[in-house]
Amino acid sequence: MSVPSATRTPAGTAAPAVTPRTAAARRTRRRALGTLALLVLVLAACAASIAIGTRPLAPGTVWEVLTDRSLRTEEAVIVWDLRVPRTALGLMVGASLGVAGALMQGHTRNPLGDPGLLGVTAGASFAVVLAIALLGVATPAGYVWFAFAGALAGTVAVYLLGAAGRGGATPVTLALAGSTLSALLYALVRAILVSDSNSLDAFRFWVVGALAGRGADIAWQVLPFIVAGLVLALVNAPALDLLGMGEDVARGLGQRVWLARAVGLVAITLLAGAATAACGPIAFVGLVVPHAVRSFTGPAHRWLVPCAAMAGALLLLTADVVGRVIARPGEVQVGIVLALLGGPFFIALVRRKRSATL
Amino acid sequence: MTTHLSAGHAPPTAPAGPPPRVRLAAEGLRLAYDDRVVVDGLDLALTDGSFTAIVGPNGCGKSTLLRALGRLLRPAAGQVVLDGRSIARTPTREVARVLGLLPQTPVAPSGLTVADLVARGRHPHQSWLRQWSSDDEAVVTEALAWTDMADLGDRPVDELSGGQRQRAWISMALAQETDLILLDEPTTYLDLSHQIDVLELVARLHAERGRTVVVVLHDLNLAARYAQRLVAMRDGALVASGTPHEVLTEELLADVFDLEARVVPDPVAGTPMVVPVRRLPR
Ligand SMILES: Nc1ncnc2c1ncn2[C@@H]1O[C@H](COP(=O)(O)OP(=O)(O)O)[C@@H](O)[C@H]1O
Ligand SMILES: [Mg+2]
Repeated sequence: MSVPSATRTPAGTAAPAVTPRTAAARRTRRRALGTLALLVLVLAACAASIAIGTRPLAPGTVWEVLTDRSLRTEEAVIVWDLRVPRTALGLMVGASLGVAGALMQGHTRNPLGDPGLLGVTAGASFAVVLAIALLGVATPAGYVWFAFAGALAGTVAVYLLGAAGRGGATPVTLALAGSTLSALLYALVRAILVSDSNSLDAFRFWVVGALAGRGADIAWQVLPFIVAGLVLALVNAPALDLLGMGEDVARGLGQRVWLARAVGLVAITLLAGAATAACGPIAFVGLVVPHAVRSFTGPAHRWLVPCAAMAGALLLLTADVVGRVIARPGEVQVGIVLALLGGPFFIALVRRKRSATL
Repeated sequence: MTTHLSAGHAPPTAPAGPPPRVRLAAEGLRLAYDDRVVVDGLDLALTDGSFTAIVGPNGCGKSTLLRALGRLLRPAAGQVVLDGRSIARTPTREVARVLGLLPQTPVAPSGLTVADLVARGRHPHQSWLRQWSSDDEAVVTEALAWTDMADLGDRPVDELSGGQRQRAWISMALAQETDLILLDEPTTYLDLSHQIDVLELVARLHAERGRTVVVVLHDLNLAARYAQRLVAMRDGALVASGTPHEVLTEELLADVFDLEARVVPDPVAGTPMVVPVRRLPR
């Protein structure tokens, strides 16, 4: 083949050795600063969550109790048995919901993607209502395994339904199957509740979503699933970057799409399932957090996923602390606070940024 | 500019050597979506260093064929052979190191910068053990410079003009460093001067970088100008294949495109040029 008598300089020789990448450096700095700020804020939220409660304790007392484990005062019990486990659970569940949301939005390429879309919440709700109505289970620790089993069963059912079509499971068929199954399960939940007012009482405390009344036992129960889910999410991050350009481009770049989808689906189920099992359905975190984080990380999932974990934890802990102080001596469940905070926050975010496209 | 225009029509430079090796071949290919067969019994061989344009009416199966050649679509029958090995039995990543593909209208996630897009072209060369290296960085920088995108590296892809966007994607394909590149209608939605701009870039991929190029094109005149070989399709079948002079005849235009047309020499490049007269009833 004839090589042209090049009118342009041949490639390679004329390429500038170093392109000034100042904007890239700026972006990296913004990401790093954002990550650092999140880290500091999460630590502050943890401190606040331990220091502030429905029962006012002086910061000095809290510090004393934290540093001296031999104390057996009433304050020590409050801090160690209530606030610390509650804070740990808030961290874990908030991180799970934030990351599950980021994965869901990444896989569906849908900015309104929410982990609930996969039938996780509906499955868990249905299982909990069955546990209450048929087996008389009545404590959060008792609900956990039912909720978790329901979340898993819900996702598997959604997956089987979504894959039944001839094209196999795609994000679209999964979302359709998820909405359909959720509608069905919620109808069944309501049918049970309508006919059984005792179940209704127990269920309505579960369904608003709360960190209150969950002890360390629940945190330990869901911890392994959350850790596994977070690890899988990190593994999934590079694949999500490729899938963001469409399945064809991703496959063209050597990504095994089915594998990436499978890893993502398992991670979402573990994270959202464990979170729902521990605290009941908590909306908004999975939806809002990835949006907020994307504004400084950009679409790169290796930044987005860890930052969504921190931001999710931050949001949940903050909302929980707010719920403890706005209605003293009582408290408002975190699920309700989030719904009240999350709505306006989301609207502001959408108005401020063109973040509605992925 | 005229230099590579003549590439396809220059006499073979090395007539004594063995015939060029076949890199990618379709053998008895049948392609179907569910039960609907779109392409049936198609054979095609693409030799090393060739520049082929696939032409044909809308919906005749060009994209479908290209996706099968790129291992994005599993054939219902027959096979695609890449370097002598069935592509279906070659791992995705291995294929991605040899063959790059740009789909018809690729969409970048919002906010993704040109440099990051091009960097993603390095994915097939990376692994858990071998993450981003200075090699990758050098290839990306060079790909950006070679496609004239260095100054736009920090701009979000979704804020570029259509022509720049297409350059960015071609830059990504270049950074993938594959011997073969398949492009599906890279000039659609571009005005004429940007079509030329993109095709010049593709021609340089072929001439300067020695890539084996397959490109689906709508514009027959541009296809004839830039490609060495035209492949004409209709209703999922390969109707004609050969040099632009062999393929772009008045009979073929009537057969394949239902078009009555004159074919005259292109005053600039000397390649066949189609001047439409009217559409023929089918
Ligand atoms: N994903 C799909 N599912 C079902 N049919 C499809 C799909 N993609 C393309 N087709 C059909 O296959 C035929 C060939 O399409 P395509 O290869 O895109 O044509 P071209 O690229 O030549 O315009 C068309 O009739 C089209 O409707
Ligand atoms: Mg097409």
